[in-house]
Formats: sequence, structure tokens, C-alpha cells
Amino acid sequence: MSDSSPSSPVLEVENLVTTFDTDAGTLTAVDGVSFTVKAGQTVGIVGESGCGKSVTALSIMRLLPQPMGQIAGGQIRLQGRDLVALPIDEMQQIRGGKIGMIFQEPMTALNPVHTIGRQLSEVFLLHLTKDPKDAWQRGVTMLQKVGIPAPEERMHEYPHQLSGGMRQRVVIAMALACEPSVVIADEPTTALDVTIQAQILELMQQLQRDLGLAIVLITHDLGVVAEMCDEVVVMYAGRVAESGPVESIFNHPTHPYTRGLLASIPRLSTPRKAKLPIIEGMVPSLADLPVGCRFQNRCPHRDDRCVELPPLEAVTPDHHCACHRWREIPAANVT
Amino acid sequence: MLELRDLTMHFPVREGVFNRAARFCKAVDGVTLNLHAGETLGLVGESGCGKSTLGKCVVRLNQPTAGEILFEGTDLAPLKRAALKPYRRHLQMVFQDPVESLNARHTIGEILAEPFIIHGIGDRAARAASVAGLLDRVGLPATAADRYPFEFSGGQRQRIGLARAIALNPRVLVCDEPVSALDVSIQSQVLNLFLELQREMGLSYIFIAHNLAVVKHVSDRIAIMYLGRVVELAPADEIYHSARHPYTRALISAIPQPEPRRKSGRIVMTGDVPSPIDPPSGCPFHPRCPHATDRCKVEAPALRPAPNAPAGHTVSCHYDL
Repeated sequence: MSDSSPSSPVLEVENLVTTFDTDAGTLTAVDGVSFTVKAGQTVGIVGESGCGKSVTALSIMRLLPQPMGQIAGGQIRLQGRDLVALPIDEMQQIRGGKIGMIFQEPMTALNPVHTIGRQLSEVFLLHLTKDPKDAWQRGVTMLQKVGIPAPEERMHEYPHQLSGGMRQRVVIAMALACEPSVVIADEPTTALDVTIQAQILELMQQLQRDLGLAIVLITHDLGVVAEMCDEVVVMYAGRVAESGPVESIFNHPTHPYTRGLLASIPRLSTPRKAKLPIIEGMVPSLADLPVGCRFQNRCPHRDDRCVELPPLEAVTPDHHCACHRWREIPAANVT
Repeated sequence: MLELRDLTMHFPVREGVFNRAARFCKAVDGVTLNLHAGETLGLVGESGCGKSTLGKCVVRLNQPTAGEILFEGTDLAPLKRAALKPYRRHLQMVFQDPVESLNARHTIGEILAEPFIIHGIGDRAARAASVAGLLDRVGLPATAADRYPFEFSGGQRQRIGLARAIALNPRVLVCDEPVSALDVSIQSQVLNLFLELQREMGLSYIFIAHNLAVVKHVSDRIAIMYLGRVVELAPADEIYHSARHPYTRALISAIPQPEPRRKSGRIVMTGDVPSPIDPPSGCPFHPRCPHATDRCKVEAPALRPAPNAPAGHTVSCHYDL
């Protein structure tokens, strides 16, 4: 997917800290997350519910629920320009313009009382043209591009008249309408059936090739990550546990959480009815995080050092791991 | 032990001024399957293929339109509420959403004691002991009995749902997507529990899910459903290595595997699953099938033994692919 030529970063997230004011006090949902996405590259953010992956996405788009959520630190640079400090009206130009968004549930992402055509032309009217006819025509072209049959007719239909896969294609069309440089896709195929998921993933890859898009793919599905991503960021309880190239993360995971996760998923090659390796316990609540390494209460390799927060150390120049003990844990080859 | 014969569930689609059922949604359309003691039968298909409806028919949450549900020789399909009650304890269900399937206003103790009360088993003390035993069995502390569902995580709630389902020592458990709402690290915990309970109690499972890797892991045999019909049935390993139906093959190749860059020979099917209200003529899969011929458009294939395959592998396709 990614071309081998060194391309400049399109999106850089550096030390992002996002907090929420709640009845239980101020909770830090995202704590010091950094990653870079280059043109034509897909970076996957993986983790379980509550790990902060969606909050990271919302922070990048500055769509955090107000007034509880705020970016408390760090930088989000889009082509060198910091989005954190940007006034809201300028941010609105960027959202849907330079940054496209694809959400999980296409039914809630689309307005049920407006036709597809009206919603799609609106994107063009807001960003590219003043002429409604031109906007409509661009909409038709866009629907064609995402593989929707009979686009002229679909423009007059309402979201409920389309199937889930078709709706997601419409959402993708809207996200790509203004030729964004980055697309943020939050669980784009989770609500879809596997055969439809395969269609949508293929469409995303094809559009990425054609348009040189940078994609941030947020998902809990390690299979989707393996197929789609160049780089992976594994998050746990608001922090980056491990990050690096996809082959390196899947074939040589170093963090105990990544290892546990990859070992616990049943694969087609797993012997039937064999006991699956598990990660004990569950994700801690943000209000009740352990001091130091956040994975320690579930970690089979915990020792005294784990009460200190582990820094992200370089395993190889581009593979990083936040664990005090990664060197000592015997290398596991996950196949 | 459990035998489904030509099971059919058509839902009327009411429309028009007189609210007449002019058309029917053929959710389950003539399914014949059997389930042996201690066996897991996986049921796989995309949304709308009728797998959940079939599961609900088996535990008689739906009254099937036609066909038989033979449980140890008795046909449960035509039975009315009272006649059905003695059988209910043998056929239980675990639901997908552990939030909605537990009554939020009852404590876990009350939820788990209810099966015993309904079937008039034991006194208060005996029930409390049974509840404690159930909690222990599914790996929850005894103190859970006094707490409410919202105090538990998804994985724990699924354990509670499972405890309720096994309360009366059932013979058959219908599990409808029991782990798909759970996080990856919790899924394996719950799957292990399912396997453990099956070994200990000799349970038979009908395991409904869309994640083929999960289904293959727990199942002995797998039935693939498409538009209300079984299109292929085979031992779990067999179906992965030598699937015969074009739909099964496409389904298997569509699963993203957690192995980077292993994108070899994916079959991407075009189009969506057609509506079960107005299914295609002939073979229901023909509009999406890469091998479809004119014969497929008019003649519906019957489930037949797959050629050159071990016994027990059946497929409904006109051709040997």
C-alpha cells in the first residue's frame, strides 16, 4: 500500500493528553499518545473498549463532547499546522475538508430525513462550490467512485432505503468528497457482515492507492489491522503499550499485553476445543488505574519495577514498547 | 438427541389498508438438522440468514410455522405453553447482549434463583445454595449474588447469563452470538468457560455466530446458512479445508486473519444478501455466485452428500466445485 519513497508526515500526534471532567473527578482518557501518519500509509490504532482509541480520534477532529472533554496537552499537527489551538471556525473548514471521517454506524452518521443527494451535496457546498447543480453532479461522481450502482437514482433515496454496506459506501463518499489528505476511520466495518466488510476494506485500499490517502484506522479487530495497516499503535488504558510496523508487531510482539492479545484469539489454525491462552482479569477503570504500568494487575511478568510508569523504549528503531521487562521476557514467536 | 425436520418459520409482512399478510418473510425455510449429545453444532451466516430465528425456534421462543422439533422423540413444535414447560428446562438459551438479557432491577441472586422458583425446585435455603454453586461454577465470587447487573462488566454479565442457562442442568444450550459483544481478551476467557462446562456437564450446544474462527474453535460440526436454508453442513475441520459451496468458500476467504500481508486469493463477493421476503428463484445464492448457470436460476438445489467427501459432509449446490 505505502510507496517506498520517503514521504513527509501528513498527520503528527505528539504527546496527546485528553481529559474528561466527570463526577469522579478529572479522568485522563488519553495519556501521552504519539504517532505519525504519512501519505499513502495506514496506521492502525488497536485496543479494547476504554483504551482511548476513539477518544484519540475525536481529539484529532476536535469533536470531544463539550464541555467535559478537553485536550490537556500535546500537539496534533496536520501538514505542520497545529490543530489544538485552531479557532473553531477554521477547524470546521478542516473537518470534512482536509480530514475526512468514517464512523462505525452508517445509519447514525447519516441524517435519516434527508436524501443521500442532499447530504452529499452539502459537503461540496460547504467546502468547494457555491453552485448547487455542480455540487449535485460532484455527488453523483463520488457515488460512482465508491462503487454504488445507479448513482443518479441513489442520490434521491433516503438512508433507510440502502443496505448497511451501501450506506457505509455513502459515508466513505462523504469523507472523501473534498479530497482530504487524512481519513480517520473509527471501526468502519464493525457493524457490517464479513463479506460486506471485505468489500469495504477493498474499496478503502483501492481509494487509498488512487488518492494517496493517509488513513488512521481505529479498530478492535486484529485481523482487520493485519490486512490493512502499515503501522500499528497498540493502546491500553489510555497509553501506548507498543507501536511499530505491522509485521513486527504481529510476528515479534514484545509487550506482554500484545503477546497475550495475539495468543488469545482463536484462529483457523488453532486446534479445535483446545484451551485458549487468556489474559487474566479485565481492563481497569480510568477512575481506578494502578500506579505505574497500567497492565501490571493482569500481567504474568509483573515485578517490583512495574510500580514505575514504563517509558516507551526502542526495540528496533521503528518498534517501540512500554514495558520494563521486555528484554527479559523470552521471545515468543506468534504464528 | 435433538432433531429438526424441515423446520420453517415464516413471518407475515402486514401491509395495505386491511393489514393483511400478503407476503411472508421466509426467515427459516425448511431446515433439517440433528444434534447429538455432548456435541457442538456451529451455525454460521450473515445477518438475515435466519440463524437467530432458528435458534429461537429450537428453544420455542418462536412457534415455527411448519416442521418438527424432535427432542428425545417428542415433537416440541406444536406444543402449547403448559405442555412445553417440562421441556423448557432441558433447552436453554444464552443471548448476545449481556446487558439487555438480565433484568436490571433484580439482583444476580434473584435472577439465578428464578429458574428454580419457576420449576418449583427446592426451598429458599436450597436455592441460595444452588445460586452460590452456580456462581462458583462460572468463576464469579459468591458475593455477586447481592449485586445488580450494572455492577458487572460485559464478560461477567455473560458469565451470569451462562449461569442462568445451566441452572437446571439443561441438555441443550442455544448460544446466540455469546461472545461477539465482548472484548478480545475477555472472549477467550468466556470461550474457555463454554468448553469447560460442556466437558463437565455433557451439554450440547447450538453455537450461533458470524465469526468463523470462533465457531470453528468450539464446534464439532458446522452448518452454513444462507437466506433461511442450510447450504453446507460438515465436520468443523472439513469445512475449512474443503468447503464445497461457493458461498462457504467466499465466507471463509472474507475473514480477515491476524497475519499481516496474507492476502492470497480472496474471493470478494459482489452485492448484498437479498431480502428473505422476496428471495431469488432457484438457488438463493445464484445472484452473487461466480459459478451460477441458467440451471441455478430456476432449480433450487437440494442438500446432498458432497461428492468424494467423508460421510456427514452435505452441500446444496448443483455442481461439484
